[in-house]
Amino acid sequence: MTATQDRPAAEIGRDRRRKEDQRLITGRTRWTDNITLPGMLHLAMVRSPFAHADITSIDVSEAEAAPNVVAVLTGKDFGEELGVCINAWPITPDQKTPTHSPMPADRVAFAGEVVAVVVARSAAEARDAAELVDVDYAERPAVLGIKNALEDSILAHPDLGTNKSALWVFDSAEAGTGGDVEAAIEQARTDGILIEREYRQQRLIPAFMEPRSVVVDPTGEQITMWTATQVPHIVRFALAATTGVPESKIRVIAPDVGGGFGGKLQTTPEEWITWAVARRLGKPAKYTETRSESLMAGHHGRDQVQTLTLAADRDGNVTGFKVHLDADLGAYVALVGGGVPVLGAFMFNAIYKFPSYRFECQTVLTNSTWTDAYRGAGRPEATYAVERMMDELAAEVGVDPLEIRERNWITHEEFPFTTVAGLEYDSGNYEAATARAREVFGYDALRAEQRERRERGDRVQLGIGVSTFTEMCGLAPSRVLGSLDYGAGGWEHASVRMTPLGKVEVVTGTSAHGQGHETAFSQIVADLLGVPFEDVEVLHGDTQVAPKGLDTYGSRSLVVGGEALVRAADKVVEKAKVLAAHLLEASADDLEYAGGRFTVRGTDQGLAIQELATATFAGHNYPDGMELSLDADATYDPVNFNYPHGTHLCAMEVDTETGAVRMRKYTCCDDIGVIINPLIVAGQVHGGLVQGIAQALWEEAVHDESGTLVSGSFVDYLLPTSADTISFDVVHTDQPSVCTTNTLGTKGVGEAGTIASTPAVVNAVVDAVRHLGVDDIQMPCTPERVWRAIHAHDGDAPTPEAAMPHFDEGAPNQDEGAGQ
Amino acid sequence: MIPVKFDYLAPSSVEEALAALGEHGDDAKIIAGGQSLLPVLRMRLNAPEVLIDLGGIDSLRGVRDDGDALVIGAMTTHHDVRDDPLVKEHALLLSKAAAEVADAQIRHRGTFGGALAHADPAGDLGAPALALGARFVIAGPGGTRTVEAADFFVDLFETAIGEDEILTEVRVPKHTGWGAHYEKFVRVAHQWPIVAVAATVRGSIDEARIGLTNMGSTPLRATATEAALAGASATEDGVRDAAALAAEGTAPPTDLNGAADYRQHLARVLTGRAVLKAAGA
Ligand SMILES: Cc1cc2nc3c(=O)[nH]c(=O)nc-3n(C[C@H](O)[C@H](O)[C@H](O)COP(=O)(O)OP(=O)(O)OC[C@H]3O[C@@H](n4cnc5c(N)ncnc54)[C@H](O)[C@@H]3O)c2cc1C
Repeated sequence: MTATQDRPAAEIGRDRRRKEDQRLITGRTRWTDNITLPGMLHLAMVRSPFAHADITSIDVSEAEAAPNVVAVLTGKDFGEELGVCINAWPITPDQKTPTHSPMPADRVAFAGEVVAVVVARSAAEARDAAELVDVDYAERPAVLGIKNALEDSILAHPDLGTNKSALWVFDSAEAGTGGDVEAAIEQARTDGILIEREYRQQRLIPAFMEPRSVVVDPTGEQITMWTATQVPHIVRFALAATTGVPESKIRVIAPDVGGGFGGKLQTTPEEWITWAVARRLGKPAKYTETRSESLMAGHHGRDQVQTLTLAADRDGNVTGFKVHLDADLGAYVALVGGGVPVLGAFMFNAIYKFPSYRFECQTVLTNSTWTDAYRGAGRPEATYAVERMMDELAAEVGVDPLEIRERNWITHEEFPFTTVAGLEYDSGNYEAATARAREVFGYDALRAEQRERRERGDRVQLGIGVSTFTEMCGLAPSRVLGSLDYGAGGWEHASVRMTPLGKVEVVTGTSAHGQGHETAFSQIVADLLGVPFEDVEVLHGDTQVAPKGLDTYGSRSLVVGGEALVRAADKVVEKAKVLAAHLLEASADDLEYAGGRFTVRGTDQGLAIQELATATFAGHNYPDGMELSLDADATYDPVNFNYPHGTHLCAMEVDTETGAVRMRKYTCCDDIGVIINPLIVAGQVHGGLVQGIAQALWEEAVHDESGTLVSGSFVDYLLPTSADTISFDVVHTDQPSVCTTNTLGTKGVGEAGTIASTPAVVNAVVDAVRHLGVDDIQMPCTPERVWRAIHAHDGDAPTPEAAMPHFDEGAPNQDEGAGQ
Repeated sequence: MIPVKFDYLAPSSVEEALAALGEHGDDAKIIAGGQSLLPVLRMRLNAPEVLIDLGGIDSLRGVRDDGDALVIGAMTTHHDVRDDPLVKEHALLLSKAAAEVADAQIRHRGTFGGALAHADPAGDLGAPALALGARFVIAGPGGTRTVEAADFFVDLFETAIGEDEILTEVRVPKHTGWGAHYEKFVRVAHQWPIVAVAATVRGSIDEARIGLTNMGSTPLRATATEAALAGASATEDGVRDAAALAAEGTAPPTDLNGAADYRQHLARVLTGRAVLKAAGA
């Protein structure tokens, strides 16, 4: 029972502008790099230019002699005190996990790995001296690309004997959640439709706005680390676990953090090195990476080859889906590592009632930048695969892609629904979201225009792409994580403190880095406690202030952290009620609570919660047995994930002469349950959409065959700006499918746009040129790839040596040259 | 992103600047808008000891009418080239191309002379300058010389400007009344062109001049196309054959944005489009 049910909500549902924006947008705030401590030293990293090499010698003498250099340290100079970078999710018991030293002493495994650190009195002097460190390398052959890695002829880590790290399998027949996929495939082969495709999820770079930065102050009783991270609690845990310093001696602060997108869900070599240097020298130390370092050595995302087999009957009713993933971990198994593709394992069946399903994921090690979570983490890949395949199925059956989805989706009367992957979807209404999206988009008119352009043979063709996504978010029920061998739980913690003058301090264990928690959480608390929005202060991101928490990722902050907050606020109300009854000289049973005020039923006597806070502070008059505090804590472990969903429709124009693509219209109708702040939701959706669209059209991290990152600056790693996108129609259903497992009825939205949009865009591009014999275009759909796909069959894409590097027969979307 | 330490000089005349260049020789580098040089310094790809800033030399800024030609000062920004009424009247192609350089911030800093001196084959101003038959006025210790466009662009990032010389102004023969269009092909708005075509035409079509961007190590003239366009009609059919010649003799790069053969294809398609737009068709 919560307070919100008793009275109209005033703040929840309101378009509040974000409290935190002024300081974040002007930059007049505490970014890690803005922190300056007395006597602070500055670090510059020396990084390997080679992807795979033995370090034969390092001569630091010239660097040490440079002006204002305090120390030059290499891997050899440190022992255990350096700690290691951990993998928190070994996906199988026999996973091959190379030791990941923050600064290896003997061998580097990717270009960009740190081999030495220069410590100087200024950042410029450290950078200058770093160039004087003379490292001798003996180059080893490097293995790059998933297909090469699988061959096991060149090894990323020779001592492991293989590049194959782990094979993780889910099979619905074995799990008892569905039928046998092989039988479904056999059946379809003889008497149905079988669609086999190979899709590539290119490598992406999270490209957060604020480069990573870390400051360590070893001079207090607690060693303090400020770091631009999404996960201060996990950083503290891992520092203690790997460097031998007790947790109680470690304080980690994530001050204002400028974006993460999963890229700051990591424990990094640079953090560990800065920690070790500060402790060694006994002085505060700072390291801030350059953008080039960020692109090269911060973890990358995605990078999978998906081998997919979809079986259906002749009417397009899916009978089975078999998924094999090969996923590139890069040089090391990162914090979540192989867990990222495994997070997708439960989502390939999406919103559909597939009767059988098998998922295999083979992770491989290569001599490239390590990979880990990137917005959506596992779920965009799954959504891409299934939504692309559903469009292919529609084409095969010869029906509209919306029609094929309707034949297979879970209808709204069928919730709660246990899927073939074993998850219980609590609520949803795919029909309603689709109907609304279809109407706002103007689906029928655009289809008519598409027909007209085809008939006319127009140079510019129009395509319509569909993506009816769902995702599992709100990470995560701790027991489920335990069953998957993840190294931590998924609970969240909150405290609500009433100050003497009636203001409210809210402490959350989530760690915002641009999402707007301060605003949304204030709205929730304002409603629960009947205090003004402005009177709520949300504190987070400092293990001394918020000692318990599991931070921010996986669209969990509102749905898990917000629920902890509701429960803590409810406890405050319960405590206050005892005092109110005492002061009002009434029985607690006669009190009504609404709008932050206790009143005696049938009278106009009452007390506001702020007055009770002041009375508690004074302590002059309170009942026997009452603990003199209204403050309360709550820890909440979710009982289920939650399952936002939506229908995204995209119209793309394709210039068949050049292959250039242009977005015409994008409409999404997301059902995310109850919305706390529509403005913040719109921001999350817009940003998410652009990131997903960018995977479809622009972004790709490419290493050359020697392992150098070719897309090592924003000249080559193409990030879109507002000039490259259109205004999206972001709408919601009138009657949202409320989440049944949290009090507020909310579902996650932080990743939704990214998860949904990529296949909508690619489906639209392919749809525009399907009549020209195209059924796939590899991401990103560059004009060149689109052009080659269109002209693959008509001889217009000339010269055999240059033709079709991206598309050869039988492997319709394999790019031999780039990124493999 | 911290450059190697350098000294900074801000001369107030070309003579002073030349003297400083003479004194510091190889160790010095001219800085104009800094929009190409600063990224190079910050990525530590170059480390001059002295930067000589031309920003304080007023005589290098602005556009003036000099009879048959316009004279554009080397330090005139992209923004000012785009908006200058004389440029619009007599060398419309330059105004159109300047409008396509990078974004507004960069156009307010980057300079016409800097871009041409930098000679990035993907730079947007070389091809139009070449197409218009611009002449480059270069000041050195021995005085001033003028170099024809065809001789100015030597190779990737290499021009006829000597180590001890400064590009002071660019003389652009007037093309009064010529139609013009700069067709730039990019994947995102703020990008250097994958391929671009600079076209300016007299009548529709009496005479045409076509420059190609990023189709070789220097800007190129599509001379075969120019010849074939003389007397052609400004229709899709009329320009098709001429445009098909646009990639002749080009040697474009292969990179993440496209292979050489794709760029050649683009050059042909974009040439047709640029010519038609220039002719107002
Ligand atoms: C993000 C970004 C995007 C860009 N996109 C584009 C684009 O789309 N198209 C495009 O064309 N350009 C683009 N540019 C480059 C921009 O146009 C630059 O302004 C231009 O290339 C250089 O001009 P500058 O005045 O900034 O020269 P600077 O950077 O100051 O100098 C460039 C070089 O020229 C030399 N130099 C400069 N002036 C003289 C002179 N008078 N005499 C002799 N030598 C001289 C310098 O020594 C230096 O080597 C972009 C730049 C950036 C940063």
